[in-house]
Amino acid sequence: IAMPVMSLAEPDDDHLVINGDLEIVTKTAAPAHMEETGIDTIMSGWHFRADETQQLEMDDFDNPGMIFVDQAIDSWNAVEGSAGKSCASCHDDPSSMEGVRAVYPKWNEAAGEVRTIAMQVNDCRTTRMGAEAWKYDGGDMASMEALISVQSRGMPVNVAIDGPVKAVWDQGKELYYTRTGQLDLSCASCHEQNYGNMIRADHLSQGQINGFPTYRLKNAKLNTVHARFKGCIRDTRAETYKPGSDEFVALELYVASRGNGLSVEGPSVRN
Amino acid sequence: MKLTSVTLAAVLIGSTAFAAEVGPKEVKYNDDTAIEMSLTGMAGDPTKGAVIMGTKSKGNCVACHEITALSNAPFQGNVGPILDGAGDRWSAGELRGLVVNAKMMFEGSVMPSFYQVDGFTRPGNAYTGKAGKEPLAPLLSAQEIEDVVAFLTTLKDE
Ligand code: HEC
Ligand code: HEC
Ligand code: HEC
Repeated sequence: IAMPVMSLAEPDDDHLVINGDLEIVTKTAAPAHMEETGIDTIMSGWHFRADETQQLEMDDFDNPGMIFVDQAIDSWNAVEGSAGKSCASCHDDPSSMEGVRAVYPKWNEAAGEVRTIAMQVNDCRTTRMGAEAWKYDGGDMASMEALISVQSRGMPVNVAIDGPVKAVWDQGKELYYTRTGQLDLSCASCHEQNYGNMIRADHLSQGQINGFPTYRLKNAKLNTVHARFKGCIRDTRAETYKPGSDEFVALELYVASRGNGLSVEGPSVRN
Repeated sequence: MKLTSVTLAAVLIGSTAFAAEVGPKEVKYNDDTAIEMSLTGMAGDPTKGAVIMGTKSKGNCVACHEITALSNAPFQGNVGPILDGAGDRWSAGELRGLVVNAKMMFEGSVMPSFYQVDGFTRPGNAYTGKAGKEPLAPLLSAQEIEDVVAFLTTLKDE
């Protein structure tokens, strides 16, 4: 039998509308900083998945990631820690998080550092609630990130890349192009040079993170950005970095900026 | 009997223990791209080579290449060119050079070097994500490379 490679080789032209009314920009002009990459159109990973997987994201009743959003609403309202507070005590309704996912990772002036949403959530938990930090890429955190992401669905990703974040962004870019491990591959080897191609059974996407956290059919749970980075680096037969490490924060900022202009899409569904 | 022949081989080739085998650090390229001599001094077995190329835990060449003759290996990728006719396009020495270290022929290639043991950035312990200690075991052994080369030379356009 002929290999289905030809028909699968290109990202498709389908159109993502969630719940019949929420338009998601899944293809758009690449941001100016990507000019040197030769990529003129950035695309969500959604375009590279099979029709059945794509469909699961078109209706929240079919999207398994939404179950975790519901769970996170419970933890949003749960009082925890020595201060006797919940997220709701300070942030009211989760809808107060509208727009947040679109601009993270982001510079935090008071702390003098680039923060991911997970870092910010753990800071609120430890310093404001007197509660324990959640595991950086654990289930509680992934679910909370999904709840926060949903508030911004459809808004364009718009992370800042200059000003105080510039040095970290540069570090992330450097990591993106560093070839690692015994297979000697970088993020760019697969997601810049070869997106649209098949690597064994996998249809390579641009490795965008606008859809995170992502529900993967493969492991039947929500997956965080750093867990995905870890998996991809492990697959080069390299020593990975740790979720929450400075390196992965920098890489997340850089990869997020390659998606500036795509819609926030998480929680997305992938295989 | 056995002892004698091993000793004899060592004397003939004038080297140590694995007399006949060229280690990853001793490989010599002729004219920069080809390795003319067998890494083991023995001929490769094309049947074994075909299996190695299609097996995920071995060469897994089909991850990136389509090969019509290996159509029993499912989900062939297209990151690299179709290898049909590779035996016409390249000599055995060039094919050996390509599998040992494709970057000698194609600068900056994404094709991994299958007989390299050190010089990596953040080398890992196989697919565990944990640190590995160089020298790592090469992705393919000397004889496995010979088997792969033997199979590649059979890929002719009719
Ligand atoms: C006692 C008050 C308090 C509690 C409780 C609290 N936060 Fe916060 N949160 C804040 C404040 C104040 C900020 C602004 C921090 C800053 O800019 O340094 C903030 C910022 C954030 C941000 C970043 C928003 C932005 O616009 O950049 C997120 C995300 C967040 N909190 C999530 C949570 C979650 C999730 C919980 C519960 C697990 C929580 N917070 C609990 C006070 C709180
Ligand atoms: C050996 C090839 C390879 C390398 C190297 C690699 N990836 Fe991946 N990556 C994949 C495959 C295969 C998938 C699953 C299919 C897809 O979405 O592309 C994937 C998926 C992803 C996704 C999920 C995309 C989505 O829409 O869900 C992200 C994000 C990602 N990679 C980022 C990275 C980053 C960052 C690096 C470098 C640190 C990297 N990858 C290195 C092969 C690779
Ligand atoms: C991660 C991807 C990848 C893997 C795995 C891979 N290759 Fe390649 N290979 C390539 C690419 C890409 C090229 C084209 C050269 C270039 O431009 O870098 C290539 C080129 C070749 C060529 C020369 C192309 C021709 O037909 O003219 C041969 C022969 C070859 N590979 C054999 C193999 C063998 C044998 C294996 C496994 C032992 C293998 N490759 C594994 C990516 C790969």
